Amino acid sequence: MAEWAVETEGLVRTFRDGEVRALDGVSLRVPVGQVFGLLGPNGSGKTTMVRILSTILRPSEGSARVNGFDVVHQSGDVRRSIGLAGQYATVDENLTGFENLRMIGRLNHLERAYVDRRARQLLEDFGLADAANRTSKTYSGGMRRRLDLAAALVANPPLLFLDEPTTGLDPQSRQDLWAIIEGLVERGVTVLLTTQYLEEADRLARQLVVLDRGRVIAEGTSAQLKERLGATVLTLSFHSVEDAHRGAEIVRGVGSAEATIEGTVIDVPVDGGPAAAAEALRRLDAAGVQVAGLTLREPSLDDVFLHLTGHRAEEVTA
Amino acid sequence: MSEETLVPHAQRTSLAWAISDILTIARRNLLALFRIPTAVVFSILQPIMFVLLFRFVFGGAIPIPGISYVNYLIPGILVQTTIFGAVGTTIGLAEDLQKGLIERFRALPMSRMAVLAGRTVSDLARNVVVLLIITGVGFLVGFRPSGGVPAYVAASLIMLLFAYCLSWGFAYVGLAAPNSETAQAMTFPLIFPLTFASGIFVPVYRMPSWLQGFATYQPVSQVTFAVRNLMLGSPVGSTVWTSLAWSVGAILVLAPLAVMRFRRAA
Repeated sequence: MAEWAVETEGLVRTFRDGEVRALDGVSLRVPVGQVFGLLGPNGSGKTTMVRILSTILRPSEGSARVNGFDVVHQSGDVRRSIGLAGQYATVDENLTGFENLRMIGRLNHLERAYVDRRARQLLEDFGLADAANRTSKTYSGGMRRRLDLAAALVANPPLLFLDEPTTGLDPQSRQDLWAIIEGLVERGVTVLLTTQYLEEADRLARQLVVLDRGRVIAEGTSAQLKERLGATVLTLSFHSVEDAHRGAEIVRGVGSAEATIEGTVIDVPVDGGPAAAAEALRRLDAAGVQVAGLTLREPSLDDVFLHLTGHRAEEVTA
Repeated sequence: MSEETLVPHAQRTSLAWAISDILTIARRNLLALFRIPTAVVFSILQPIMFVLLFRFVFGGAIPIPGISYVNYLIPGILVQTTIFGAVGTTIGLAEDLQKGLIERFRALPMSRMAVLAGRTVSDLARNVVVLLIITGVGFLVGFRPSGGVPAYVAASLIMLLFAYCLSWGFAYVGLAAPNSETAQAMTFPLIFPLTFASGIFVPVYRMPSWLQGFATYQPVSQVTFAVRNLMLGSPVGSTVWTSLAWSVGAILVLAPLAVMRFRRAA
């Protein structure tokens, strides 16, 4: 068993003759037996990373080892030891759920009897037994993602790549998928998960790497990332832009980091939650600045980004 | 959760696995054909329309010395049908690429060329069925070949082989196209000159002289001459050998191109 499930060194991938650097020197290590999160907005390089690690793309520079195998020189061994699911891998909509799993099992060169047994078991486990003989065209979005995940698991790989597994799913389907992923990790599977949702990374991943424009801009546990930001974000809105700027000055001491101003709205990362909100209101009231609205919320990926990079996540969409 | 952790990998040689992978992919493609029968019905309707159009609408205006136009036409229509059938390879691969299935296959420990070979094999199987149907339609509208059964079978095998070899070129187009709609459109400029500037519908000697050289020696015409002569019991001359040479030449050039494109496609 390799020490690290994934180990990359200075990974670079360029497109269009070097015009676009999707990955710009990424080095990371994914420990065995846990969920490792790759967090970042669209275009940050997450999917390129997964495609290189699953041998679909070759790196332009640098090296990567998956389960101890080099992705370029030992790609066959890599493919035999991984499962891939997510937004770009997909199921065949003209085949039934069972036929999809059987096809993937056969293409993994597994014994026929085992594949059939395993396919039935996975369909049962993922709540798809009733739909096993329907073409996957008729499946809901959540069912398709579960089938996609089941396909990645047919060969029982020790390492799973899940590329934005819940993007576009309704909250219930997302919860279902999270529960399945947690079950897998309990059984010793290593998961490399890419996501745009801080909430998802927070719930599933023990360790995180934040990607921005193909570079690692932060790493650590999600608790560490949030600590750098403050536990909560206090959003205050004012009646005018001048008031917003005055307000930001007044509440400066309350926040755990600098307030950000957008028009008449300011975001203040705070540690104290409600207590901090009350303190902010007291100070604003004392200074005679009228507050039009107030909310307290969990910090989002967008907040993390704004804090780490100074630009919003959506701006870097490739 | 299933507690099965020991995964039994079946033991076979890599060649046996490559064949197994090709059959798995071909089987999957054929299953899809049964699941969307309308696509199959329309792919058969088109050659039937061609048969009816040229047999009853244009045919009367095209005199062929020595034989009836229907006997001249049907062997050519059969060749055209198998070539149009091979275009299915383009559409199928472009769709798989667009939907992300190719991506999934590329991350599996399967044979690298099985995705392409499986596709061309399933399209060949479909072509055999379509060929049988159009042969039946031909007989219904008065086609009476006189070359005997063995020559008829040999003629069918020659055109199926040619269409199969050509389908590797269509595989390349399918992988190079930006999406499946464009993929189909991209094949028209390739197959229209080959099928219409040929001896399929009209004798080549009635074309302008600058076109006759191309129309005589281009592969589709050579295959058409071989097929027609075999079916009608006429002397085949060198046409059978040139047809086979074109087929072998086509696959030797086109298959490596398609495989190279597949390795790059993403």
